[in-house]
Amino acid sequence: MTAAASRLERAWETPRELALQLATVDHKKIGERYIVTAYVFFVLGGIAALLLRVQLAQSGESVLGPETYNQLFTMHGTTMIFLFATPMLSGFGNYFIPLQIGARDMAFPRLNAFGYWVFLFSGVLMYSSFLVGDAPDGGWFAYVPLTSAAYSPHANLDFWAGGIIFLTISSTAGALNFIVTIFKMRAPGMSIARMPLFVWAVLATSFALIFALPALTAANLFLELDRQAGTAFYKEAAGGNPLLWQHLFWFFGHPDVYIIFLPAVGMVSTVIPVFVRRPLIAYTMVALATMTTGFIGFGVWVHHMFAVGLPALSLSFFSAASMMITIPSGVQIFAWIGTIWAGQRVVWRTPFLFMLGFIVIFVIGGLSGVMFAAVPFDWQVTDTYFVVAHFHYVLIGGAVFPIFGAFHYWVPKMTGRMLDERLGIWTFILMFVGFNLTFFPMHIAGLLGMPRRIYTYQPGLGWDAWNLASTIGSFVLAASFALFVVNFFVSRKRGAPAGDDPWASNSLEWATSSPPPAYNFRAIPVVASRDPLWDGRSKLGRAAPPAGGIPLEPRGAEREAIETSFMDAEPERRLHMPAESLEPLVLAFGLALAFYGVLPDLLGVKIIMVSAGLLIAIGALISWTWPDRPARAEASG
Amino acid sequence: MTPEMTSDAAGLPTTGSGLRATGWWGMVVLIATEATLFAALLSSYFSLRSGADVWPPAGVPKPEFSLAGPGTAILLSSSATMVWAELSIRRGRQGRLRAGMAVTSVLGLVFLAIQSIEYATSEFTPRTNAYGSLFFIITGIHGLHVAVGLCMLAVVQLRAWLRHFDAERNLAVQNVSLYWHFVDAVWIFVFASLYISPRVI
Repeated sequence: MTAAASRLERAWETPRELALQLATVDHKKIGERYIVTAYVFFVLGGIAALLLRVQLAQSGESVLGPETYNQLFTMHGTTMIFLFATPMLSGFGNYFIPLQIGARDMAFPRLNAFGYWVFLFSGVLMYSSFLVGDAPDGGWFAYVPLTSAAYSPHANLDFWAGGIIFLTISSTAGALNFIVTIFKMRAPGMSIARMPLFVWAVLATSFALIFALPALTAANLFLELDRQAGTAFYKEAAGGNPLLWQHLFWFFGHPDVYIIFLPAVGMVSTVIPVFVRRPLIAYTMVALATMTTGFIGFGVWVHHMFAVGLPALSLSFFSAASMMITIPSGVQIFAWIGTIWAGQRVVWRTPFLFMLGFIVIFVIGGLSGVMFAAVPFDWQVTDTYFVVAHFHYVLIGGAVFPIFGAFHYWVPKMTGRMLDERLGIWTFILMFVGFNLTFFPMHIAGLLGMPRRIYTYQPGLGWDAWNLASTIGSFVLAASFALFVVNFFVSRKRGAPAGDDPWASNSLEWATSSPPPAYNFRAIPVVASRDPLWDGRSKLGRAAPPAGGIPLEPRGAEREAIETSFMDAEPERRLHMPAESLEPLVLAFGLALAFYGVLPDLLGVKIIMVSAGLLIAIGALISWTWPDRPARAEASG
Repeated sequence: MTPEMTSDAAGLPTTGSGLRATGWWGMVVLIATEATLFAALLSSYFSLRSGADVWPPAGVPKPEFSLAGPGTAILLSSSATMVWAELSIRRGRQGRLRAGMAVTSVLGLVFLAIQSIEYATSEFTPRTNAYGSLFFIITGIHGLHVAVGLCMLAVVQLRAWLRHFDAERNLAVQNVSLYWHFVDAVWIFVFASLYISPRVI
């Protein structure tokens, strides 16, 4: 190691002591924590799903009672949407956005750590409901009046609403951080028209989050006030309206589908060009389609409410918007197919297989989606298993397949070891077969009239065989997720060393070592095209000398990054970056205590916990915003 | 690509403000999401109102300007004093920065005091009906934002006494100022919706 590299190492590396590991602000460590935590929630949500499938395997089954069944399907949906999909994609974004744009860290490293801790604590808050036997049971969209105090008198929904409001703090912090990072921390030369498409996708997602989450916060705030403070937002008798919940919830809820889907398609656009050995066709169209999808996603929420009795004009408008949103999705699908077609040769490795699987499943899910945009068809199948089949095709096809493709593509960068190819192919086969066996029969059960959210059914309705097939499929699907975990742990010990760039890729994360050093790049890369590793002109700032790029040596133990202009990425400022800091954890902990206030007073200590929590939070905030010495001397404060 | 891009980083400045500061961008995005929250709250107001025959509902008086009118004037004038404080520090005037922020804080406190009086003398409560819920929660959340702005002003005021700022280094002042203007601007929408609109439309 050269003297310069060891100086960088000293400045950026988080020492191994526990307190400092908890205080780390390294985006790669935080990204790994997001990914591992989200995978744990994925397993928990998956176990809930398997229990549901066992109960539905045949008619008149009695493994679960109705009350437990309600709690499990609610927590399955809530976990997969809020605690798995979004945080998992956030984890990939955290790890790879700074690497892909050639930065040393996120724009706000401490805010990044804070977002992770809030995510963890809000998940714990929601899951702690199982300890008192009052897990949320109102479905993942928690419609009033079912979820009002009159019909859900126990704490079930308080855990849910409190946990969700708390979690929106994490998602907002993350989205804000991604936007500023992508706008201001890109490597010199990476103008906005040269950003990798995963970066575009995370940018579109972050904007969608910034404008969608407040509606979810407002909806849940009203719900908790109605439940606990006696307000009347959703109470018909006092001038309120239960439909207000549906409007607010779906104003968030539909964009949320794209919030989950867009980063996943960003992964598809990342992987496909690498495995067909040519740049993506119609880059500009795909980038615009990404942003357009995020935008039109806000104009379709009412298609979740076609059956509630809204005016015909409103139905027509939202029907049209729901059909329009298929256009940017179509543009992307044709760009991928065109790229594969025009590619030099196809490299048939697991990441590519998962992306192909995605295209097949997503087209099916998209087609059943267009069917819903037609109001009469929607009326026929609303709240049947056809809907369940559709959104699992879109969400598992649209997000889980790309996520596993991304695992097989990016894990070598994170661990420095290749995953086993044979186990990877088996994971893909089991997942593809298991997925289709689970969810395709649900289309038919739905058309045969099987409603969603029933805990059992009578024999002789023609549903038995389809349900049994789904149950068998769900276990095959679960086996594929378990096989991936086995592959991960075996390969981490015994896998072939990955080297810097095992796939001969095009984007900057492959210019540095695997796993990357704490400071990411020896020198700041200078980018000359959209595919800096393929153009032969970009200066890559590699880990090993000669690095190329702009040297940015630490002065003493200080961490520094370069801030660049928003459109053209011209260097404009040397930025002081924060060191390890415990404030994010302490602030998140204080807020977690304060959020205990939404729950009924179980032990008679609520007031103490809430006020202690707020005091801790305020103290942590002041200490956080107070500049440390170098910042006060050097930067703007 | 400009020539400076390939040179080393030693020549780059370490300070920056506005478009050249990540902190400024962070505040702008925070304000965007907060503004959306108020948009959701006011949309809820008009959504519930559209389902009512009489607004405000029977038994609830129309909103009065006697307290909220002066409160509005006071809050809006606090934006002017904040602008003065910010412009002063850009010229390096420490005393005027502190004075400007102090006056801004006092005006903010007076606004909150007026709001408390209005709450205490109100003939209805958040529990009376949906109108009461909307009125108190929307103005309450706005009041909470004023209170948060006051806390931020207090911290920045303290740092101003410790001479953390000068003509170049004053990003915290810019950010608290931006937030304060946002809280004032939102009040215009809240006031127009909750106080003026029931008398006009």
